[in-house]
Amino acid sequence: MSADREAVIEVEGLRNVFGRQVVHDGVDLRVFRGEVLGVIGGSGAGKSVMMRAILGLKRPDGGRIRMFGADTTHLEAEQRKPFERRFGLLFQDGALFSSLTVAENVKVPLNEYYDLPDDLQDELALLKIRLAGLPADAAHKYPSQLSGGMRKRAGLARALALDPEILFLDEPTSGLDPIGAAAFDDLIRTLTDALGLTVFLVTHDMDSLYNLCDRVAVLADGKVIVADTVDVVERHPHPWIRGCFQGPRGRGAALQQARTAPQPQGSH
Amino acid sequence: MAAAMPNPGPPDLAVEAGGSHLRLSGPWTLPRLDALLPRTAAARVAPGPVVVDAAALSALDTAGALLLLRTLRASGQPFEAHRIEGLREADAALLRLVATRLEPERPAREPHFAFREMLARIGGAVWRFIAQGREFLGFVGLTMATLAQVLVGRRRLRWTSTVFHMEQVGLDAVPIVALLTFLVGAVVAFVGATALRDFGAEVFTVELVSISFLREFGVLLTAILLAGRSGSAFTAQIGSMKSREELDAIQALGLDAIELLVIPRLIALLVMLPLLAFIAMLMGILGGGIVGVLALDITPGMFVSRLHEMTDISHFWVGMSKAPVFAFLIAAVGCLEGFKVEGSAESVGRHTTASVVQSIFLVIVFDAVFAMFFMELDI
Repeated sequence: MSADREAVIEVEGLRNVFGRQVVHDGVDLRVFRGEVLGVIGGSGAGKSVMMRAILGLKRPDGGRIRMFGADTTHLEAEQRKPFERRFGLLFQDGALFSSLTVAENVKVPLNEYYDLPDDLQDELALLKIRLAGLPADAAHKYPSQLSGGMRKRAGLARALALDPEILFLDEPTSGLDPIGAAAFDDLIRTLTDALGLTVFLVTHDMDSLYNLCDRVAVLADGKVIVADTVDVVERHPHPWIRGCFQGPRGRGAALQQARTAPQPQGSH
Repeated sequence: MAAAMPNPGPPDLAVEAGGSHLRLSGPWTLPRLDALLPRTAAARVAPGPVVVDAAALSALDTAGALLLLRTLRASGQPFEAHRIEGLREADAALLRLVATRLEPERPAREPHFAFREMLARIGGAVWRFIAQGREFLGFVGLTMATLAQVLVGRRRLRWTSTVFHMEQVGLDAVPIVALLTFLVGAVVAFVGATALRDFGAEVFTVELVSISFLREFGVLLTAILLAGRSGSAFTAQIGSMKSREELDAIQALGLDAIELLVIPRLIALLVMLPLLAFIAMLMGILGGGIVGVLALDITPGMFVSRLHEMTDISHFWVGMSKAPVFAFLIAAVGCLEGFKVEGSAESVGRHTTASVVQSIFLVIVFDAVFAMFFMELDI
């Protein structure tokens, strides 16, 4: 990885402790502008905790987090606001507000930060919904009327509302069927390329790692063991990585990747 | 996307060549949109293809792209017909994506017909009321049938579950029922005595308290308290099971949800509500008696002897006869609303509220029916 690229997120020596259980003990990770970084690790390895710490949803017990070059480790909620509008966040099940329609959900962040005329807001919300790959008539539906896959897309539309620079995705393809998952990966790729997004992707999905991610970071033993392109990571000797990539799921995904035309590993 | 451009000037739009040439400059991004809106609103774009000069554009995001496409809409031409010059490749990709995903026309808002909507709402509410009534009757029938099968031994009674609910519904509710009825008894005695004093008939306070509590207040207050306390709990318990698909699991395992979940709760209420109502009657009379002793010069001995002489035991039986009916209503409404929960946690909350409102409504309606019934019977 070239050293001259701008790191939009820098995590240094992150430490997180729950009771006597040490989840993170010196996590170092850099996310560069314009890349899709996949974060993997066993259940309980602290992938989501790391994401929450970066987002400021959890105060770390040690270490430093820098976003866009500024230290955000100990910011108060009010000081965090300028950063928050620069990232979008998709929770596992969308986390849509159930009492609002999809369009109203997308308009929540718009209303919070900007004072726009109603018709522009409506159109902007509809655009985000269409960008997330939903039909226009989904705009006036309530989250409970949508399928799981559509709820994720609606969550993505809300995450895109403020034109974020960084998109955080927490297991976006979990609970989707293989075709839906592949379509979601394609959608993220398209949006990343066209909107110039940086993506921080927490995932379990081996296919996503091969098809979507420019780099893969592996969390195990409370540290980031390796963060590099998937070709490099899959040859790493760590036992968890070997089990993951040499296991049937990893091999299947790698095989499928080899069978399709060799995709350009994005560096842009 | 160059979001961190050094010192970006204000975004601007210049219309040249009679509206067929647009010159964009500065950052066309969401945070700067308010400065741009008046410019785009004032822009008069000529019909026909437009040349857009974007060389001075420092940043573009989807909101800016949307605004540009909206401005171009006045030309009456599709996006492909226009020539965009000097746009950086990254921004061009964004603009193309937005152009393909944008609806050609702003969707019309649904027209509102206030009067028609009002009629539709009234009709819908009537239908829902009828459907709800049918559903409730069906559920009552199903519960009765299952209860009968349990009583004749064709189905099992879940003893552990039943006793557990008896404790929750009955024993745990004793303090609040006792305290509340004691206070209401005291208040009734006070209010009654103030009114009766004018006639010099203070001593009738004893009958006022005893008859009202034996006949009405004891069982009614208990039923209302249990509707709020246990009926809602039934709905929330069964509802959260439903939303976690536990009810489907029960069915898939070949078990019967009515037998497993409803009958224990129903029997618990059928047993405990009369017992609690009895406590409520005693405490209400006690409250009235204490007020009588402390404030009205009615000695305890006088109170008890007057209670014996003037208050017929039939009042007690009238009150008690209502208790199982109320218990059945509360349990049936609480459980049925739980079964009606669908999916979300929000639905659990909505049905819990509905359960409390409906059971209190039914309890009071049935109490009124009972009052008329006993009046006709002269009891």
